[in-house]
Amino acid sequence: MKKLVLTLAALAFSAGTVLAQDVVRMGTEGAYPPFNFINDNNELEGFEIDLGNAMCERAGLTCEWVINDWDTIIPNLVAGNYDTIMAGMSITEARAEVISFTQNYKYGDPSSFMALAGTDESVIESGVIAAQSNTVQAGLVAESDASLLEYPTPDETIAAVRGGEADAVLADRAFLAPFVEESGGELVFIGDQVTPGDGIGMGVRQSDNELRETFDAIIAEMKQDGSLNELLIQWFGEDTPTF
Amino acid sequence: MFAFCVEPDLLPQWQWFACYLTSGTHLAFYWSFLVVMLLLVVVAPLALGMGMLGALAVRSRFFPLSWLGKGYVNVVRGVPDIVFFLFVPIALGQGIEYVLHQINCPDWDQPIRQGNDFIVCREARFPGVNASAWARNVYAFGMAAIAFALVFGAFVANTLHGAMQAVPRAQIETAEAYGMTRGQSFRRVVLPQMWVYAIPGLSNIWQILIKATPLLFLLGIQDAVFWARELGGAKTSLYTYPHPDWRVWYFLVLLVFYLFLTWISERAFGRLSDGLSRGQATAAGERQRRAAA
Repeated sequence: MKKLVLTLAALAFSAGTVLAQDVVRMGTEGAYPPFNFINDNNELEGFEIDLGNAMCERAGLTCEWVINDWDTIIPNLVAGNYDTIMAGMSITEARAEVISFTQNYKYGDPSSFMALAGTDESVIESGVIAAQSNTVQAGLVAESDASLLEYPTPDETIAAVRGGEADAVLADRAFLAPFVEESGGELVFIGDQVTPGDGIGMGVRQSDNELRETFDAIIAEMKQDGSLNELLIQWFGEDTPTF
Repeated sequence: MFAFCVEPDLLPQWQWFACYLTSGTHLAFYWSFLVVMLLLVVVAPLALGMGMLGALAVRSRFFPLSWLGKGYVNVVRGVPDIVFFLFVPIALGQGIEYVLHQINCPDWDQPIRQGNDFIVCREARFPGVNASAWARNVYAFGMAAIAFALVFGAFVANTLHGAMQAVPRAQIETAEAYGMTRGQSFRRVVLPQMWVYAIPGLSNIWQILIKATPLLFLLGIQDAVFWARELGGAKTSLYTYPHPDWRVWYFLVLLVFYLFLTWISERAFGRLSDGLSRGQATAAGERQRRAAA
């Protein structure tokens, strides 16, 4: 083991001195289509992957994607396992106390309730609502009178509605839309849309001002020249709010 | 994988499945089974070594060493496994970076802990800032192996210590009567005989170790359970192979895999136990003697 650690150390150091330019490691969840997901070829794909790569190219940075579980995605950023988070993360006050955010690269995504066809709208007030843990949606449900049923992955929230454990799921509308469309009428949106948070932004360590400013400037630039809007429309359709 | 996998939507069912089951993510799924088994192979000797050191420390007549041994065994056994799996890699990782920081960057004037952030200088980052993905995977795997070895070593230490105590006192007295020192009688009499008493406990720990491997995902390693959950979840048409929720089938595969592993191990331990009982002053040893006679 000791030998292995030493070899590793040697490897790491030699790699560190050869390249002048540091790799920026970008954390994502890889389980939240169309924001970020692992496609059938075991590659990352999605809106944030395209956007992140475009941003790195403009900044002249070498970037590398890292997949991390959603529940530990902030602690591992803070511990330095990677340098940024792009994982459909809404900018909220609670999160901003721990990490800092760039300006948003997508407007506060409207969230919707999705339920089996025929479910009464009153479940939003008094039923059991599934949401992914540590999300703004889970926070919203917790504040309402409905009971919150939390799951570690988005997949499981959908399965809970299909299986009847939850009356409805609250999640980003863009994530739920394909499920509604492809369910053949089994799943429907119910109630009004809600818009939590100030939009979705890139998270960086609070001490990492330089990196935050770099990406912040590039997001501003991409908003201005329309390239961000192109990506938004490509991944979320014509109806999505653009900049 | 196959040439006909270009347009999966149009394929007949068996070809669709042939393509689906050989997609990149599925290959990663199959690979993860090997990773699980590799972890078991690496951790078993490490935990046995830790356990042996722990047991010897507990037995030691040198007080500080004995306290250290008892402290290790009792603290680790008393704390939930999952806490150690989260604690060890973070503490060890930050410990390594802290030491490297002190060595490489003596002139660094900023604090290492700034609010929530743990910041060391560039040269102290471990694995290095530009380490390859491969090196990072090996590092994460090594950390996981160390965490498993530490936790399971404590259980092994307790079992081995018990086994050493179980060797009949008469055997050791005989060794002393021959004029062997404490060390000699331990090496020549206790050590060879203790295993037959240790095997049931060790086989328990091994089975628990097999079943604890899904904790790997907590440490950032994509193990079989992660992939089963990821692949089984309902997939929309964003994916090449859309399908409804198939998690039950994927978990069924896991169930068979883990049952198979534990079944094989149970057989192996049975054989080992038979071999070790030969000539021993135990009921099993006595039965073998009668059967042979």
